[in-house]
This record gives sequence, structure tokens and C-alpha cells, in this order.
Amino acid sequence: MDSTRRKFLKIAGLSAVAGIGAPAGLNMLMNKNVQAAGGHGDAAPAAHGGGHGEAPTGKRYGMVIDTVKFHERPGLAEKAIKACHSYHNVPDFGNNKDEIKWLWNERFANAFPDKSHYKKDDDLNSNQFLVLCNHCDNPPCVRACPTKATFKNKDGIVMMDFHRCIGCRFCMAACPYGARSFNWRDPRGEKDGRPFIKETNKLFPTRMRGVVEKCNFCSWRLAQGKEPLCVEACGGTGAMVFGDLNDPHSEVSQVLRTRFTIQRKPTLGTKPSVFYII
Amino acid sequence: MLEKALKGNGTYWAWMFLLLGIMGVGGICYIVQYNYGLGATGMSRDVTWGIYISQFTFLVGVAAGGLMLVLPYYLHHYKDFGRITILGEFMAIAAVIMCLLFIMADLGQPLRALNVVFHPTPNSMLFYDMIVLNGYLFLNVICGWAVLHAEYKGVKYSNWVKPLIYLSIPWAISIHTVTAYLYCGLPGRHFWLTAVLAPRFLASAFAAGPALLLIIALVMKQTTKFDVGRVAQNKLVTIIGYAAIVNFFLLGCEVFVGYYSNIPGHMHTLDYLYFGLADHHTGEVFNNLVPFMRASVVMGLAGIALLFYSRKVQSDAQLAVACVLIFTSFWIDKGLGLVLGGFVPTPLEHITEYYPTAVELGITAGIWATGGFILTILYKVAISVKLENEKTA
Ligand code: SF4
Ligand code: SF4
Ligand code: SF4
Repeated sequence: MDSTRRKFLKIAGLSAVAGIGAPAGLNMLMNKNVQAAGGHGDAAPAAHGGGHGEAPTGKRYGMVIDTVKFHERPGLAEKAIKACHSYHNVPDFGNNKDEIKWLWNERFANAFPDKSHYKKDDDLNSNQFLVLCNHCDNPPCVRACPTKATFKNKDGIVMMDFHRCIGCRFCMAACPYGARSFNWRDPRGEKDGRPFIKETNKLFPTRMRGVVEKCNFCSWRLAQGKEPLCVEACGGTGAMVFGDLNDPHSEVSQVLRTRFTIQRKPTLGTKPSVFYII
Repeated sequence: MLEKALKGNGTYWAWMFLLLGIMGVGGICYIVQYNYGLGATGMSRDVTWGIYISQFTFLVGVAAGGLMLVLPYYLHHYKDFGRITILGEFMAIAAVIMCLLFIMADLGQPLRALNVVFHPTPNSMLFYDMIVLNGYLFLNVICGWAVLHAEYKGVKYSNWVKPLIYLSIPWAISIHTVTAYLYCGLPGRHFWLTAVLAPRFLASAFAAGPALLLIIALVMKQTTKFDVGRVAQNKLVTIIGYAAIVNFFLLGCEVFVGYYSNIPGHMHTLDYLYFGLADHHTGEVFNNLVPFMRASVVMGLAGIALLFYSRKVQSDAQLAVACVLIFTSFWIDKGLGLVLGGFVPTPLEHITEYYPTAVELGITAGIWATGGFILTILYKVAISVKLENEKTA
């Protein structure tokens, strides 16, 4: 083989390697531009969900969690968690290893590790903060999923298709918020006569083992014009406000305009749809 | 050609039955896991990938490492590699099959694996990984078999094989690059989020793959009449040695960036792997990987030194020890630390440690045995053909 041909092969080799990463990279770069021009939330990128995109003027559901109100009302967070978990047939295995949770309490340093510092006031140190899936506008879990079993809906909700999920758990590695749980064992089973799902709610499907699950923003309730269960459980306290972030008249938009809120790890560019009043 | 694998002495058959036995145990363990769910492993909500995915990652490297034997021969006409090129290709076949088996073992719903094909998702790196791994397997099966078959018939391989061989060269790099991209593109996993991950993967692969091959070659030198030759051996020492040095250089870069920048996220996992990491709230220290990771560094550096020394004194025994040290070092580094370390601390800065279960280890051993089984058959055939050829020549 002559040397030009050999050189060509070497270059071809290198470009082939570069080419493999290129489509995804290009995709992300292009989205960056759209977002830079469009500002937060509007004109959201269509490509990440592999076709499950959002029209520029579409809905984008989001939530504000007023942690002060929760701390003023002990037991309210637990009530919200119970409302979610019991309706959605979230199993309780009684151990951390197999744990499944959609909505739960964390300490400030864990919920907001990048906002935690060493002279926190007493409340920040002792209080608990509710966390759940952020329904990111730019969700890494959707980007990582090889089957589109997790995808972004037109209304901004990041959904799961339990029947398509192969259980590779790539989405769990990708989610920077620990929002996802895996069915390590059969959630419909039982141990020592105690079923993992205390009372099965026939209105919502139970899952099979080997698939991932997480909060779905109660999308099935939104379709019926109702609020998410956790929001409903808070009653009229205003501890959780839910609505369309793209509608300037929605309650959630008004809260966001008038109050100082923070997001979890905003520097990662995921654009979470859950905001916190601390 | 395959009939060559059916002839062998007592040791050969004892070895094959041993592997079959381990495969059987692995199979039984898999049935247990299949019936119970992945909860039969030590993985948890916090450490969602365990020894399966870490073996997978390491073995992609072993497969890609075969490149270091193919490239000099085909691109640079380095004739002294003539006897081992085929060994590199066959090692890649066995390694990729093991990779695919480890992926299958890790799936929560293995029967749905083909969803990756039915619902192709070009934004997922796993989609590309599937393409490049299967492609690489295909290329090596075709090229390796065609070349060996031609040799068996005593003719030169046909021309259509050549482009495929050339294609397999960049392809080898792609498999490990894409595998690194599985990890290094995830936000919020600081340990993996580094641009040197792919280069480091390649460096460790180019050391570990040839090291394993050299170990096997030295064993065969003792047990069969097959000798790869002193020149090829010495050349491999250079390749392994420099690749291993580059790997440690890149590791050093990671350590520098982490500790000099003093950014907690960049230090946490390194702390966990090499020194132990304390929980914020309780102060409890977690360090179950520390002895392994430290041993990895010591073995790696000692291995490099011994490698070059063994060449100086022309000692096969020392060379074998050096290769075992380097291979083990990189197996720990990538086959344990890299994947498991990435999960500590969790994105919420909790610390959960992972310990594999017996079932999990059984399946892992079973898959390694399967790889060994395939490799033995392939090498048996290759060596028989080569030796016969040389006899008639
Ligand atoms: S919080 Fe996690 S699971 Fe939810 S959308 Fe964002 S990345 Fe996905
Ligand atoms: S576990 Fe399921 S949802 Fe998650 S990435 Fe894999 S296929 Fe997608
Ligand atoms: S929005 Fe619905 S699914 Fe999500 S945490 Fe609240 S109740 Fe649960």
C-alpha cells in the first residue's frame, strides 16, 4: 500500500470516530442556540425527546414549593407524600436498597448540595425539603434513554412508558436529581404476608419488576382538569402551587413573578420546572 | 476448520470442562436472578450499576485493545506481528460477546432488549454503543475467519476482506470512545464528567488488551509449540508500557484538577476511591474500595517497571508477572473503581456502598468463563492452523 493511501486511511479512521459523536453533539448545540434566543421555557427544544417536542407557545407545567409553609405545618409534607404514593401504588419494601419513591423529604444540604454552605441558619439545618422529579425542560434522562421509554410530553411533563422500558437504568445515571426509582423486585409481591403495596388502587396501574418509575406530575389528572394529588393534599395552604409556566396569568406564574425562588442545580442546564421558596 | 477444536490433550479437555462447569453455575445464578429480579444483586437505588456494567466497560477495552495487534501489521506492514494479529482479532470477538452478555445480564427486562432496535433513539449514546459493538463483533468474525481460512487453504485472503480490516481499525477506537461517552456526557456525575475519560479509556485499553494477550501467548509457549517470537514480544512490551504510562498520566491529570481546584464535586469520588469519604451529617467514613484502588496504583506502576526490566533481562517469567500486574491493575481501575465510584456520592450527596451478591458474582464468573470458552476454541483453531502451515511450509 502506498503512503498516500495509508494516510488517507488514518484520516478516515479519525473522522469516523468523530462522526459517531457528531449527530448528538450537533443536536445539542443547535438546541443551545434556540434556548439562548428564546429565554427560559418558551421556545423549548423539540429534538431531545426524539420527536416528543413542545411547540413554542405550548403549555409547560411547573410547580412552586413554598418550603416555609411546609415548615409551619408539620405533617403536611407527609400528607402530600402519602397522597401520591398510595394513589400511585408505590410499593414499600421496608429497606433502602429496593426503595421506590416519587416524592420525599431531604435535608437542605442534600436537596440543594450546590447551595449549601457551612454557616446555614438553624432552620435550613433542621428542616426537610420536598423533592420530586423536576420535569426538566432539557431532561438528561430523556436524552439518555435508548428506547424512548422516557419521553417529554407536549405539555413539558417527562413521562414513563412502563411497557417499553428495558430496565437499563441509563436514565437513573443521567438524572442529576436522583428522581428515578427502579423496581429491583416484584412490587406486586409480599414479604411475611405483608404486601409491598398496602392497598392496590385499581385506578392506577401497578408496575412489573425491572422497570423504572418516577413522578408523572399526575398527568392523567391534569387531563381531567384536576390538580396533582400532592398539591390537592396541601389544600388551600398554597404550600404547593401548580400550573402552566407559559401562561402569564396562571397562579404559578404570578408567584414566580413576585417571589424569590430557587431551583435545584440550575447550573447543569436542565431547566427544572420545580421552583422553591426557601 | 472448527474440527480442530475437537482434538486436544487431557489438559485441554480438563480446562474446557472446568469452564463449562463455571458456565453452568453462572446459568443457574442467572435463573435465580431472572426469577427474583435484579434485586438479587447488590445494586440499589443509589448505586444503579454494579459489577456487570463495570465488567462490560472493561471488556470493551480488552476488545478495543486488539487493535494494537492489528494496526501495526496491516497499516505499517510490521511483519513480526503476523503470528499474533489473528489472536488480537479473536480476543476481540470473545471480549465483545462477553460485553453483550454483561449488558443482557444487567437489563431489568431482558426480553425487551430489542426495543433498542425497534425504537431507535439517536440521542442516546447506548444506541450508538449497540451499533458499534455489534459492528465490531461482525467485522472481527468476518476478518478473523476469512484470513485464517485462507491460511488454512494455503492461499492469500481475498481482496474483499481488506477494506473490512481497514474499517475495523477506526471501529476499534469508536467502540471505546462511545463507551466512554455513555458516562462522560451525564450532567451531575462529576467523576465521569471529564473530557479525558475517552482518552483514558483508550490508553488503559491499549495496555490491558495486549497485556492479556501476552499472558495467553506466554502460557501457550509453555503448553503448546506456539511461540509468538521474541521480536513481537518485545514490541508488545513497548506498546503496553507506553499505553500504561499514558493512562497513569491522565489519572494524574484528574487528581491535579480535582485537588488543586479544590472543587468538592471533583474531589469527592477521588476521596472515596483512594482515601475514604465521610458523610456530611454523620461523619461516618465510607471506604470499601480504597484497598483495591491503592493496590491498583501500586500494581500498575510496579508492573510498568517490571515490564521494561523483564525485556532488558529477557525473562519470560518476569514478563508474565508484569503483564498480570498491569492487567489486574487496570481491571480494578476500570472494572471496579470507574463505574462504582461514579455513584458515590449520589447526586443528592448521600453515600451508599455497593457489595456484589453471590448470585451476581456467579453470573459474572459464568460470563467470564463463556468468554474463556469461546477464546479457547478460537485460539485452538488458529494455532492448529498456524502450526500445520508452518510444518508444511
Ligand atoms: S428530574 Fe431527573 S427524571 Fe425528572 S426530568 Fe429531570 S432528569 Fe429527568
Ligand atoms: S431504564 Fe427504561 S426508561 Fe430508563 S433509560 Fe432504560 S429503557 Fe429508558
Ligand atoms: S405531581 Fe403527582 S406524581 Fe408527582 S409527586 Fe405530586 S402527586 Fe406524586
